[in-house]
Amino acid sequence: MVLIRTIIAALFIVFSALAAQTASAQDDDPALRQAIAGLGAEKGYSKLRKAIGIVVETGDPRGARVLDALSEGDVYRRETDGAVFIVSGRGKQLTLLDPVTGDETGTAAKSDLKKVRVNNSVRRSVREAIGALTLGAKDPGVRMSAARTMIDNPDPDSLDAIDTALDKETDADVRDALQQARAGAIILSDRDVSEKVSAIETIRDMGGQQALSLLVRARSGAGAEMREATDAAIASVRKRLQYWSLGQNVWYGLSLGSVLLLAAIGLAITFGVMGVINMAHGEMVMLGAYTTFMVQEIMRTSFPGLLDWSLPIALPLAFLVAGAVGFAMERGVIRFLYGRPLETLLATWGVSLILQQTVRTIFGPTNREVSNPSYMSGAFQLGELSITWNRLWIVVFALVVFGVLLYAMNRTSLGLKMRAVTQNRRMAAAMGIRTPWVDALTFALGSGIAGIAGVALSQIDNVSPNLGQGYIIDSFMVVVFGGVGNLWGTLIGALSLGVANKFLEPFAGAVLGKIFVLVFIILFIQKRPRGLFALKGRAVET
Amino acid sequence: MNRIARKFGFIALGAALTATTAMTSASAQEETIKVGILHSLSGTMAISETTLKDAMLMLIEQQNEKGGLLGKKLEAVVVDPASDWPLFAEKARQLIEQDKVAAVFGCWTSVSRKSVLPVFAELNSILFYPVQYEGEESEKNVFYTGAAPNQQAIPAVDYLMEEEGVERWVLEGTDYVYPRTTNKILEQYLLDKGVAQEDIIVNYTPFGFSDWQTEVAKIKEFGSAGKKTAVVSTVNGDANVPFYKELANQGIEAQDIPVVAFSVGEEELAGIDTGPLVGHLAAWNYFQSVDNEANAKFIEQWHAFTGDEDRVTNDPMEAHYIGFNMWVKAVEKAGTTDPEAVIAALPGTEVPNLTGGTSEMLPNHHITKPVLIGEIQDDGQFEVVSETEELVPGDAWSDFLPESKKLEADWVDLKCGNYDTEAKKCLGETAMAEPAEEETTSN
Repeated sequence: MVLIRTIIAALFIVFSALAAQTASAQDDDPALRQAIAGLGAEKGYSKLRKAIGIVVETGDPRGARVLDALSEGDVYRRETDGAVFIVSGRGKQLTLLDPVTGDETGTAAKSDLKKVRVNNSVRRSVREAIGALTLGAKDPGVRMSAARTMIDNPDPDSLDAIDTALDKETDADVRDALQQARAGAIILSDRDVSEKVSAIETIRDMGGQQALSLLVRARSGAGAEMREATDAAIASVRKRLQYWSLGQNVWYGLSLGSVLLLAAIGLAITFGVMGVINMAHGEMVMLGAYTTFMVQEIMRTSFPGLLDWSLPIALPLAFLVAGAVGFAMERGVIRFLYGRPLETLLATWGVSLILQQTVRTIFGPTNREVSNPSYMSGAFQLGELSITWNRLWIVVFALVVFGVLLYAMNRTSLGLKMRAVTQNRRMAAAMGIRTPWVDALTFALGSGIAGIAGVALSQIDNVSPNLGQGYIIDSFMVVVFGGVGNLWGTLIGALSLGVANKFLEPFAGAVLGKIFVLVFIILFIQKRPRGLFALKGRAVET
Repeated sequence: MNRIARKFGFIALGAALTATTAMTSASAQEETIKVGILHSLSGTMAISETTLKDAMLMLIEQQNEKGGLLGKKLEAVVVDPASDWPLFAEKARQLIEQDKVAAVFGCWTSVSRKSVLPVFAELNSILFYPVQYEGEESEKNVFYTGAAPNQQAIPAVDYLMEEEGVERWVLEGTDYVYPRTTNKILEQYLLDKGVAQEDIIVNYTPFGFSDWQTEVAKIKEFGSAGKKTAVVSTVNGDANVPFYKELANQGIEAQDIPVVAFSVGEEELAGIDTGPLVGHLAAWNYFQSVDNEANAKFIEQWHAFTGDEDRVTNDPMEAHYIGFNMWVKAVEKAGTTDPEAVIAALPGTEVPNLTGGTSEMLPNHHITKPVLIGEIQDDGQFEVVSETEELVPGDAWSDFLPESKKLEADWVDLKCGNYDTEAKKCLGETAMAEPAEEETTSN
């Protein structure tokens, strides 16, 4: 079996070399055409996989185009004659492209075409096939991704192909990747021990989950003499991963903490500074998220070019919308209830229900889609740590919002008045400050900040009428834990709760982890009722 | 001139008077059959249940256009239990006692169903429950038109084993009764199939969980042990969107670690960009993308009824479609809406479903359905990759749990929802004390 496969692989290499030479001279290849026609002929996924194998066997890199389209679900069969096409466009009338050259060859009604159905196992075959077909491509980027696929799917039968590619390879990075792919294949092959041991070293130096996965696989089939080397390599990779997992927990904690900070920071003003138990705080966050949705919808329909800018554009609008609602709330409800915390709690709870149901009536109860702009999608690798862009942006954004708010409170005239009013209302009034006006503006500021938080949270959570409910308890927890009336307390409180949560989660699970954090906070509040950073001085007594 | 005007006025007044009296007498005389709709229109569950209310209104309207039922018009009575479980029981009582409805279509979460069970038993009315659930129940007054575990979870796992060659399993769920029971059944099933204990992890997260970084990293790590890994997700409701977003962001592709979900349908996907999710799976008994005439007609009617071309259809809607038509047929057969007669007439009733087959109500009050496995496409729809050849009969008591293996439900011959085949007796009410009380809920 292995022998036959090796022969096929060798044939394939000879063939691919030939094909590469003849490709320029001969524009069309009947073998490839015939192989591609096979994609539409058979029913059933296993037969489709075989048909893909036949395309690979032609060794023609141009076969990659149709395979790529196949995994995207863009390959159709014409019902009348069974011809296979790549199809582009949507709607009832589709454009047909030639499967080999990619040139337009006409159009057809959708009802005349039958999609070639693919599932995961077919997509996997396609990915491997494209890897094999593009190992000799001109573009080093394509070769790199081909090598990566080979690392992901080590196969002893592809060793010869890798060796040939290595001989020709000039790019250092691609060479490294190919060496790793080769090592992976060797470990699983039946080559002799010395070669395998050096391959194990290569894999060990590669590090990461993938290396671990490879080594564990190798270990299960290894003889006694190999086992020792594999075990040592596994231990070394594990150890390195452990250090990284520590870093990973810290990062996840900071990222959760920054989400908590964003959700709580508006409350740090309305509840922390003003002392209003604002149960409608979560709904301000929700309004911010819906504003983002509206902005994105308008961008999508009217200014598609600006779609990536929808978040920066939504920020001031969300601030204004939530701020305006907060202003109206303060003027309409809360100002009559100062000094009566229980009534405030009930009234704001009522307002929160009204806001929720209003949004539900206008936008419907289902989730709304807010897409991630390109700079907030995906992840990048930092050592063994994969950092997702949206989380990174949210951490940065939370810190910026915090900084701006701190500046506003300590360096602006409005901030000065706010602090004056909260510290000694009557004295501030005597100095000529319009305290009711300052109250309204403070509340609007807190609500507006919550609206801004909503813009960020729309990127990681559901945009639904229930969005706010999920954050209200966490927000109060953070503000109370950090110390009422202190912005720094909110920052430290949010980040430490986030990190604590993420360190508990791997051991205790998500449910218990959360319970532990709550129990800890209850105990902490018993010991220090005013939180981490308690306000001192006369303001506390009044 | 004046007289003519007065005369005209008189005539007009008279006409108006007779018209109104005719109308009032007509509405007083024409008796309607009332149908109760018990779905949350506010609160957390509104996201899923509002659609079902709309679907029921559409079905009732269509039935009236066809001439109603037993010569009478149907009238929908809509109440809002507001995602509040005890309120479900109150509203159910109101529907049956005050509004005198002939049958109720409603509930979504298992806890809401458990909370109305005593009401339906006491007042002897009929409930049609349209959602896939954990099984381990069969009540005289309840007809389960959603999937039992053997009509959803087990075939999905079989598919992953056979088609994808999965050897390692992550059972990820929200922490409440449906995922816990389903995972218990699945774990036992996998162990029976020879999967090693260390190749299974079971993991729960709270309702509305939104920070999935650690969980997804854990799945990634678990999946890198050299064996093909899959995630079986019973994650419910709002937690799904952040879960899928995190999967996409951390670069877990369906080709590497496929996720098969039991609570994610077209409606849930409407809130996400499905581009990065292509290939992840869901198991249901119906997909909007199912290609046949009955379904095309249903979707067209739905779009016309809601006036929105983008509204999707989903599995529980089909369950209501089947349940409603079964009820109509049974009432016609019984010739009355009296619950006792209709309950007796329902088992054996056959109606076409939307996937091209004919579903039958079984003596255990569950129905036969096809099981479809679909892969998520980039347009937010599912493409069917596997379909059972025959309809699967719903099994009330799972055969994979030792404590329920010996139980059988049969309301036709045995007149019992939990007949112990070993002790040869009906356990009756005592065994029905279900773990409903200890359950955690979303709010």
